[in-house]
Amino acid sequence: MAVVMDADRIGRTLTRIAHEIVERNRGVDDLAIVGVRTRGVHLARRLARSLREITGHDIPTGALDITLYRDDLMRHAVGPQPLVRRTEIPFSIDDRKILLVDDVLYTGRTTRAALDALIDFGRPRSIQLIVLVDRGHRELPIKADYVGKNLPTSAEESVQVYLQETDDRDEVVLQGGAA
Amino acid sequence: MSGPGVDAGSERQAATALRSRNLLGIADLLPEEITLILDTAEAMKEIGSRSIKKVPALRGKTVVNLFFEPSTRTRTSFEIAEKRLSADTLSIAIASSSVVKGETLVDTVLNLEAMNPDMIVMRHASSGAGHLLSRICRSAIINAGDGMHEHPTQALLDAFTIREHKKRLAGLKVAIIGDLLHSRVLRSNVHLLTKMGADVWVCGPPTLIPTEIARFGVRATSQVNEAVADADVVMLLRIQLERMEGAFFPSLREYFSVFGMTEARLKYAKPDVMIMHPGPMNRGVEIASEVADGPYSVILEQVSNGVAVRMAVLYLLAGGTEHETAA
Repeated sequence: MAVVMDADRIGRTLTRIAHEIVERNRGVDDLAIVGVRTRGVHLARRLARSLREITGHDIPTGALDITLYRDDLMRHAVGPQPLVRRTEIPFSIDDRKILLVDDVLYTGRTTRAALDALIDFGRPRSIQLIVLVDRGHRELPIKADYVGKNLPTSAEESVQVYLQETDDRDEVVLQGGAA
Repeated sequence: MSGPGVDAGSERQAATALRSRNLLGIADLLPEEITLILDTAEAMKEIGSRSIKKVPALRGKTVVNLFFEPSTRTRTSFEIAEKRLSADTLSIAIASSSVVKGETLVDTVLNLEAMNPDMIVMRHASSGAGHLLSRICRSAIINAGDGMHEHPTQALLDAFTIREHKKRLAGLKVAIIGDLLHSRVLRSNVHLLTKMGADVWVCGPPTLIPTEIARFGVRATSQVNEAVADADVVMLLRIQLERMEGAFFPSLREYFSVFGMTEARLKYAKPDVMIMHPGPMNRGVEIASEVADGPYSVILEQVSNGVAVRMAVLYLLAGGTEHETAA
C-alpha cells in the first residue's frame, strides 16, 4: 500500500486544475460543474470554491448518480442491485459548458454512463472531463481534459481516493494486488 | 429545486438488498428493507421532475400488469413507473381476457409465463393470490392488492409521503379511520407503521373493526376524537360498499355524522397534521370536501409519490431474478 497523493498535493492539484479551467475557457462564463457520486461531487464542490476564489464568480454545481445508466446493471442474474442515490442538477445544462468531475478514470465505463445521463438532461455546448487520477486501462475511447495525476497501474492494483467529506482524510492510495 | 439532501430522513440503517425476489406484502419485510425502498424512492422521485423522464435501468425487461379488479390509480402508476425505467410493459384488463371465457388464474398466468416476462404485477380479489403465483412462477411477483389482505406499494408510498413531511416515522401518532374490516391498505399500513415504530390508532364503527386487531400492536377505538387527538397523521379509508355483504352501519349520512373527517374534528389533531387518503375518495362519506381540498391534505402528493415508490420496488426486485425466496 502506497500513498501516491497526500492532502497538500491534492489541494495544490485542484488549485492548478481550477487555473487551467479558467485559462482554457477564457473565464468562467457559461460553465457549470457536475460531480459523479460520491467522491466526484466533493471534488466538484472544491473546484467550484477554487474557481470562486480565482474569479469571484459562483459556478452552478450539481451531483450526478450514474447507477441507473451502468452497463453492467441487470447483467448478473444473482445479487443485490447497486444502491441508487439522488441526482441533483438544479440548473439547465442546455448550451452550457459542463465540467464533469470524477475521482478516478479507469475503464471509462463510468464516464460513458455519466455522458449518457447528462445528455438526458439537455444539450450542453460541450462536456469537459476532469479526473483527480488517471490510472489507465481504458476499455472505451474516452480521454480526460484535465488530469490531476497520471498513475501507471497494473490491473491487479486498486486506486482508492479518500476525501475529508466522507473519509476524514485527503489521500490517494495505491493498493497492490500481488503484494 | 427543493428537498433535503440524500441522507435526510433515514432514521434507520438501510439494508443493501431485498431478501425476497417478490413483493407480496409488508409483513415479509424487515424495517431495514423498508428503509432501503424509501431511500431508493427518493432518488427515483427526481427522475420524474426531468424533462426526459426516463432512465435505461430496466431496458429489455418485460413487465406484465395483470389486473383482475378495476383500478385507475395503481395501474396507471405502475405503468408510468415501468416506462420511466425503460421496461417493456403490457397491461391486461380482465374484461378483455380469457378469464371471461372461464380460464383459471393459474392457467392464465402459466400461459403468460410461457412468453417469458420478468415480472408480474397483479391485483386480484382473492387474498393470497400473489402467494399462490409466487410458488408457481419464475417471474418476480409484485402484489398490487390482493383481496382484503395487503397492498404493499400503497403503504410504502404512504410512508414515503409521511417521511418527506415529518422526516421520520418513529414516534408519530397515526390515526387510520374508516372501513378497517375490508381494507388491504389498512393491513399493509399497520404492518409498516408498527415495524417503523409509529404509534398507530385505528378507528371505525365497531362492526368494521376486525376482531383481535390489537394483536398487531395498534389501538382500536370507535371514538373519533380519541383517535384524532394530537395525531400527526390522519388517514381516511374508503367505505367499500362493494365488499359489504350486510348492514354494517345504518346509513352513509349517519356514518359521515359520526366518523366523517371535518374541519371541526381536525381541531383536536396537531397543528401540522397531514390528511391522507389512498383513494378513491367518497366525498361527504369518510371525508368532507373542505378537508380533502384543505391545506393539510397531501392526497395528491400521495399519488405523485406512488410512481417513485413503484420505480424503487421494480428496480430493487429486477436484479435478483434467481434469488432465493426468503423463508
